Amino acid sequence: MIVYLMCFILFLTGLYGVLSQRNIIKIVIGLSIMEFSLFLFLALIGYIDGGEVPIIIPGNETTQFVDPLPQAMVLTAIVIGLATNAMLLTIAIRLYKKYKTFDIRKINQLKG
Amino acid sequence: MEVLLPLYIIIPLGTAFIIPVIGRLWSGFARLISPVIFLLLLIIGLQHMPVSNQLVYTVGGWQPVDGIPIGISLVLDGFNALLLVIINLMAFLASFYAFSYMQKYTAKNNFYTLLCLMIAGMNGVVLTGDLFNLYVFLEIASIASYALVAFGVEKEELEASFKYQVLGGMASLLILLAIGLLYWTTATLNMADVSNLLATQQDNKIITFIQVLLITGFGLKAAIVPFHAWLPDAHSSAPSPISALLSGVLIKAIGLYVLFRLLFNVFALSYSISLTILILGIVSMVIGGLLAIGQADYKRMLAYSSISQVGYIMVATGIGMTVMATNGDTGIAALAIFGALFHLINHAVFKGLLFMTAGSVEHATGIRDLNKLGGLARRMPVTSGTSFLGSMAISGLPPFSGFFSKLIIILAAIQAGYYLVAILAALVSIITLAYFLRMQKGIFYGVHAEGIGKVREAPLTMLFSMTVLALLCLALSALIIPDIRDIILMPAVDSLMDTITYSAITSGV
Repeated sequence: MIVYLMCFILFLTGLYGVLSQRNIIKIVIGLSIMEFSLFLFLALIGYIDGGEVPIIIPGNETTQFVDPLPQAMVLTAIVIGLATNAMLLTIAIRLYKKYKTFDIRKINQLKG
Repeated sequence: MEVLLPLYIIIPLGTAFIIPVIGRLWSGFARLISPVIFLLLLIIGLQHMPVSNQLVYTVGGWQPVDGIPIGISLVLDGFNALLLVIINLMAFLASFYAFSYMQKYTAKNNFYTLLCLMIAGMNGVVLTGDLFNLYVFLEIASIASYALVAFGVEKEELEASFKYQVLGGMASLLILLAIGLLYWTTATLNMADVSNLLATQQDNKIITFIQVLLITGFGLKAAIVPFHAWLPDAHSSAPSPISALLSGVLIKAIGLYVLFRLLFNVFALSYSISLTILILGIVSMVIGGLLAIGQADYKRMLAYSSISQVGYIMVATGIGMTVMATNGDTGIAALAIFGALFHLINHAVFKGLLFMTAGSVEHATGIRDLNKLGGLARRMPVTSGTSFLGSMAISGLPPFSGFFSKLIIILAAIQAGYYLVAILAALVSIITLAYFLRMQKGIFYGVHAEGIGKVREAPLTMLFSMTVLALLCLALSALIIPDIRDIILMPAVDSLMDTITYSAITSGV
């Protein structure tokens, strides 16, 4: 149970980072922390204590395997996370070129 | 028939890859091919109507083992057939509109690639019957829309896109957490199978937690108040055809559709969750309407109005859900959900139209500020006329489609005993009329403002899309006629209210 709790604390740490930081790069880092805590959570769901690598070969059909589906999900989610982070950082760099600052308080053209 | 289902995803996805390759040699390719493929998908979608029974396509042909579904299934029933027609209709008209609108931008191939990716993502979200697959398509649609919002790469666009990405990213993570928790409790990802397993266990705290996470996640995607902060920035900064798609269909396909599908067909309805939906709907309806009054920017006002109109859809669905959760009269619930879906279609049409007229005004004058424009009606008769029709439809004046859908929502609220909701819905409708009349006076009527210079009517392709949508604003009123309603809208209402059919057929057991 304690690992799940720590996973959740990591998620909240990332959320705190997103909400409290002023630097847009640090906001991106906060989002990444949230993302990776979820990858950890997904991997933990599939883990079974004492489980084997899920490859069925003659003779081990009765062995207890870890669940392979969350592992496939994590791989997909990591690829999606890569795309999201690349997109976020691209926009952050373009923002820096336009505004000459990383401070979110000074990037405030849109209001109302 | 079910062999056609993967085409909704394959065709736009394939086109998205072909465009950069062929576009390098032939620059006009992208803008010719994209309306064609969306028209093709629209025709495929229309010949599915009316949907009498569910169509299920198993990707890769993986049949269930011991009654447990493995692999991904694509499901088409009344509800998502309706959504598919709306998505591809709006995509067709928006890509047609973009034909001349996008002339002033560079990198047009990238624009059409991203547009095709966004449509592929939305079609996938709407069709899929697998929770993790839903997340993947959701991210495809979202990432494409982040890039499209930033397409102008000026200060405002980049800021809006960053805001949208941070909030949208958090929403995706909450949805992924909910999907993870759901897999943890049920050990399956197939939506029908999850529904079967959840039907046996009641009053589970973790299920309520998952539902709250999903409401927050999809609420952020659908921009329901209090999760709306990104919407006015993002929708007003995007190029106009994209604004029309974002406000018209994206917030519905990846926000409301998934939320309703999961709450109705996967989870058992509970009174507290239904009440949450109703209250969120009322809050968005009222606050969105009030915030729209003070806006001086045409597109920003339309964006706030989207929040308000999405509120109407939420209110109607909330009424339907509460009536069903308390085992009330199913006739009232059916009326409320019918109103919600009717308003969903109408809003896609008239909000798409209004964003296109905004784009047309911006194309001609380069200004979006209501206070700096005026008297454009004589110079731009078609834009002005279609915009007037759209404004009247969204404010709910008879005989336009918006009147009938709002009338049904108000009638359902009265029948269900929510008198305050009915009064608020009528009041917000008057507020809507007020700010749309102010917009009409500010832009198209009144004194011809100085400093606009020579104004010419928009090019023919833009006028075509706007005229089609304006005619649809009138034609959709016909959905109130019982015979037409039974063919088009009732299968959708039935597929939402009938909680058993979805779980029974989809699992393939």
